[in-house]
Amino acid sequence: MNYRSSFFILTCIAFGFAFLYIPILSMVVFSFNASKLVTVWDSAHSPTLKWYYALLNNEEILDAAWISLKVAVINATGSVILGVLAGFGLARFRQFRGRFTLNAMTTAPLVMPEVITGLSLLLLFVALEQLIGWPAGRGITTMTIGHMTFSMAYVTVIVNSRLASFDTALEEAAMDLGARPFKIFFVITLPIIFPAILSGWLLAFTLSWDDLVISSFTSGPGSSTLPMVVFSKVRLGVSPEINVLATITLAVVSTMIVAVSVWMARRAKLDQAA
Amino acid sequence: MALPYLWLLLFFVVPFIIVLKISFSDIDLAIPPYKPLLEWAGKHSLAIKLNFDNYALLFTDSLYLHAFANSIKVAFLSTLMCLVIGYPMAYGIARAKPATRNVLLLLVILPFWTSLLLRVYAWIGLLKANGVINNVLLSLGIIHEPLTMLYTPFAMYVGIVYSYLPFLILPLYANLEKMDWQLLEAAEDLGCRPWQAFYKITLPLSRNGILAGSMLVFIPAVGEFVIPALLGGPNALMIGRVLWDEFFSNRAWPVASAVAILLLILLVPFMMWYQSVQARESAGAR
Repeated sequence: MNYRSSFFILTCIAFGFAFLYIPILSMVVFSFNASKLVTVWDSAHSPTLKWYYALLNNEEILDAAWISLKVAVINATGSVILGVLAGFGLARFRQFRGRFTLNAMTTAPLVMPEVITGLSLLLLFVALEQLIGWPAGRGITTMTIGHMTFSMAYVTVIVNSRLASFDTALEEAAMDLGARPFKIFFVITLPIIFPAILSGWLLAFTLSWDDLVISSFTSGPGSSTLPMVVFSKVRLGVSPEINVLATITLAVVSTMIVAVSVWMARRAKLDQAA
Repeated sequence: MALPYLWLLLFFVVPFIIVLKISFSDIDLAIPPYKPLLEWAGKHSLAIKLNFDNYALLFTDSLYLHAFANSIKVAFLSTLMCLVIGYPMAYGIARAKPATRNVLLLLVILPFWTSLLLRVYAWIGLLKANGVINNVLLSLGIIHEPLTMLYTPFAMYVGIVYSYLPFLILPLYANLEKMDWQLLEAAEDLGCRPWQAFYKITLPLSRNGILAGSMLVFIPAVGEFVIPALLGGPNALMIGRVLWDEFFSNRAWPVASAVAILLLILLVPFMMWYQSVQARESAGAR
């Protein structure tokens, strides 16, 4: 196989990546800008870290970030449990009653417009409260339930495709040697799909951390998440603190993604060697 | 398996039934702001009151139909633009050396992991009157007055294409990666021009990738709220935004529900199409 690419393709790739990255890089650059006008570079006083200090002293943003963190961690953990179960069922059991529905129910949230999911969840919570008195009001719990409902769909897809691509012979061999299904799952299947579980957890965490629409519908008073606070600030125009927030987010995410992919590449190499 | 099944049934399917129910109820000045459908009328008779006013409103007030039509148009054009930008990128990545390929893929995935809200926000800084693009063009002397870009349809398209581009590239790449490139070489050996070979071989073989990627852009873009709200200005009429305003500003829950039901009816065929494309794609992989 040859790897030549035409000049046309290379140009397209260059332009495409410029399009993807110029906005992101501009936020990073202007997070060090001293001027309150954000996009007008104040060369006399920049670069500066003053907006970083301002962000770290902004109670509203810190409180919201803390709520977001709690929701994201619970959501990611819950989504992984539900998603692994669903992905495992779809990949390992070719025929069971409700397979079609389960498949449809785990694909639909991936493309469903968020306004619909958000509205329908809220109306469910309101109806449940009228009917059985739970949930009493809305807040972190209802928000987490909402996030889990769409995050688990992503985890299911990841786990399902990982399971579909690995050899069942290992599991069968263990079964022949007398291992119980439970033991097989924990000793063989789980370690093999661990990379999928890890990416699923991280993806579910990010989805929840970033979500605005479903949170707005399902949250209650006093439980504003970070995206909700950011959205209300951004509606009023640009703000230097948001640039700082974007830069920090970007730094954390890229470190994490690079670390995970290096780790996975190494693991894949070990697997091949073995 | 029962647990995720029941979970999705309770929190994903049942809610739609409730939305359907509330779309038929009267608006009420109470908490929650709608009247029950079932009422005890007298001692032993239960009356069902179905109110079609909400749906009638959607078809008589031109605002709603206009918003629906505009959303479809915006989503369709954005999907096309994503294809034009994304196809060559996915193709180039799939044909790159394995080491380069991984780096490029990582670069596509990275924006996808950073907050959508923050990436849309970045465009406000670029597009506004004293924003980066205007400042650069002014200092280069290309323009003499700042261009009005923010809060226009142009800004909305840029935002949607920008945000959804990775959703198109990734499935398309996954499809192109499995392509047998020797077919192309054979075609060229037999005298096919590169463009002809692309049109006759690569394009038809990547059909499922194109469809899957396009659905992942089109379906959510129809109901998009954040991007039109932040970049589109007050006249950017998108149905997701209408639903949001009916719900949060007007507290007209039944009307918002009716909008949601109509939007769902519109999108379900596309979702089913997407699922069948996915099924074909994974059947082909095995």
